[in-house]
Amino acid sequence: MAGDMTEGGAREKLKLVFTGHVDHGKSTVIGRLLFDAGSLNDGAVAKVRRIAAETGQPFEFAHLLDAFEEEQKQGITIDTTQLQFRTEKRDYVIIDAPGHKEFLKNMISGASDAEAAFLVVDAERGVEEQSRRHAHMLSLLGIRQIGLVVNKMDLVRYDRKVFESVGREASECLAGLGLEINSRIPLSGLKGENVVRPSTRMPWHRGPTLAGALDGLKKSTSPAGRGLRLPLQAVYKFDDRRILAGRVESGRVKIGDRVLISPGRKTATVTSLAAWLDKDLKDEASAGESVGLMINEEFFHRRGDVVSLEDDPPLISDRIKASVFWMGRTPLKPRGRYKLKLASAEVEAEISEIDNLIDSSTLALAPKPARVGFNEVAQVEIRLQRPLALDLFSRHQGTGRFVLVDGHDVAGGGIVTWAEERSDIKFGFVHGELKARCEIFEEYYYNVDEMSVSKAAPERPLYTLGDRVPLTGASYRYPELFDIVIFRDRMAVLVRDGRVAGMLPLGEYSYQGAPLVNGRGFGVLVRSQDDWLKARADFEALTPANESELARRWLDFNTYRRIVIGGNDFQI
Amino acid sequence: MNHLQSLEAHSVFILREAYAKLGRLGLLWSIGKDSTVLLWLAKKAFFGHCPFPFIHVDTSYKIPEMIVYRDKVVADLGLELIVHQNKEALAAGMSPGNGRLVCCKALKTDALNSMTKTHGFDGLIVGVRRDEEGSRSKERVFSERNSSDEWDYTNQPPELWGQFKTDFPKGHHVRVHPLLQWSEIDIWRYIDAEKIPVIDLYFAKDGRRYRSLGCAPCTGRIRSEATTVPQIIEELSATTVSERAGRAQDQEDAYAMQKLRKDGYM
Repeated sequence: MAGDMTEGGAREKLKLVFTGHVDHGKSTVIGRLLFDAGSLNDGAVAKVRRIAAETGQPFEFAHLLDAFEEEQKQGITIDTTQLQFRTEKRDYVIIDAPGHKEFLKNMISGASDAEAAFLVVDAERGVEEQSRRHAHMLSLLGIRQIGLVVNKMDLVRYDRKVFESVGREASECLAGLGLEINSRIPLSGLKGENVVRPSTRMPWHRGPTLAGALDGLKKSTSPAGRGLRLPLQAVYKFDDRRILAGRVESGRVKIGDRVLISPGRKTATVTSLAAWLDKDLKDEASAGESVGLMINEEFFHRRGDVVSLEDDPPLISDRIKASVFWMGRTPLKPRGRYKLKLASAEVEAEISEIDNLIDSSTLALAPKPARVGFNEVAQVEIRLQRPLALDLFSRHQGTGRFVLVDGHDVAGGGIVTWAEERSDIKFGFVHGELKARCEIFEEYYYNVDEMSVSKAAPERPLYTLGDRVPLTGASYRYPELFDIVIFRDRMAVLVRDGRVAGMLPLGEYSYQGAPLVNGRGFGVLVRSQDDWLKARADFEALTPANESELARRWLDFNTYRRIVIGGNDFQI
Repeated sequence: MNHLQSLEAHSVFILREAYAKLGRLGLLWSIGKDSTVLLWLAKKAFFGHCPFPFIHVDTSYKIPEMIVYRDKVVADLGLELIVHQNKEALAAGMSPGNGRLVCCKALKTDALNSMTKTHGFDGLIVGVRRDEEGSRSKERVFSERNSSDEWDYTNQPPELWGQFKTDFPKGHHVRVHPLLQWSEIDIWRYIDAEKIPVIDLYFAKDGRRYRSLGCAPCTGRIRSEATTVPQIIEELSATTVSERAGRAQDQEDAYAMQKLRKDGYM
């Protein structure tokens, strides 16, 4: 990490977005703000002057931001822009978001990582459809600091009553979303009233100018205070170090911490934080930092796993409810299948139910819609193909939000509002109340360089009746028909034609002639019901003292499993 | 974390996402300050390793010191470097005399696009920044180019919460922009904080220095007395002249960069 705290490096930086209905003047307000504050370079201003001269149009502050030829010719913002701005107090990144309905996805791209937002409303026209829609998006994006800019006050003769009436309307709209307005500014972007220079035409306004209001914003509280969430981007093995790389989404991690890696629920101790340069070596990292963790265990971990502290785990779930905003050209439909990307994890997902469609203007709910169209918001239930480590958005934003990919395109965003916890069972089989752990589909690798055996968890850790199971892996092969007897959970699972065909307590199981495999994938040498009853009685009386004797008597280590020898590149 | 640390952490995150999600990856290295910072960030992201090749699109008109410096850094750091030229256009006599935008398109855009195809790159890491000029301010971190290398800037994908577009039809490629949110002065402050070596052309000689590097015929020097990195930072804190003011191709047309970049220019 850059360690030198130079004046420029240490200055605070705040990201804020300007949103609002099309033509309410967002780009003009920002252009004016930058111009009056002297934050624009000569080149940018000269270019806009030149375009104005070439086209015979007046100088447009908005063109300082709307750089595309199409934007200038049509007088609208198509795509989001980010500009730097500084005051005495701190630096700002100002994001201009398009107001036109067609470009809502660009507005979301701009607003998604802002710490504060200004809603720009035209004094003459008041709150309109996209004002409400944008406010709704801000609430879904988790932005809680909102300011109101009532623009074009020059068109209403700087009338205080108009300002107050628009303010009431906007407050009501935001209150319905659980949002509060922190500051209200009447201004004219075109004339430069109350932008940087306090207006003499609105002496009744006691509050700050727009520039003053910026400095009144609070820097968002760091998620460092919350529990650790570190989604893994990759496990690197470029040299003799095995490094778990990722960005800390919240909390902090330090050398010596006992961590839990989910959804595999493996525990380990952090031994060091890796770095290229010695000066970057340290004992601790917190939210926002990109790190490389080294741990004392050789379990298999992969992209998508989430590191937490042992006593504060994420949820593990394959069934969630979420609020989803849809940006796809093809509507979201019940039973639709999409790729869901949550932090660094990716999983196939099916929309099992669309509970409600939310009208962004009125917030009214329409139950059980047949589809969710472009720019619409809905509450949905989603089934994941395998359980992921995740959180409710209200607890951890970074691991509580996701996008849905339709074909090649990111088509929706969502926040997790409910999740069915599945961590009661690690890997194995489930059928109603019946549960059994098993490791028969785990891969074992012998790593030559490290002289150790690594275990890899299967792609889909939970199976239920009717599910096809992976009969062949790199380090195992089972027949199409066999029975699994799991002594520690006292359950038997029947596999027929490669699918889970039955599940029953061990006490009700009888030998039917199918080959027997134990919970770790080793053959059990049983040829008759008599053998089975003896074996069962033996394993029920298992102690550490007789363990190896029983293994020699009943287990066959060679038929189904082998250990794959690998070098550095042993990951699959 | 201070501002530079959070910029660094975010860029490292982007580089690791690119390495995890894109197939064949390369880093466009122009010898300039931005892509030199990129090189440094890649070393940090991958713990001293650089798991992809560096690419230099050489127009043959580059300032000669740039090529000397390039070869020295490559040797010092043991980098895998791909140098690519549009030999056909050069043989046919392409030069800024044919028109600056025509020349840029042939020797930079077309060369880059043919290099991408020849080497089958799925992703190119490029050091452009939002504050350089208008069309770059609208860019995405993962920016798709179609099979004709064109940028559909009127229909860019949503990009939110660190989730980038990582699914593409075959034949498309992605420009990855890890420095998008850095400003010019951020780059210099980082170079200062990290003591990153940069090419001498940035430092003033006889009262002039290069602020942005490009081809010799089309790149001018600015008046400056700055001979050290802190002096450059001080100079930039006071200036209102834009960084690319010395780049002649930008001034050819009000929308020059938008037009060049639509066809695949970096």
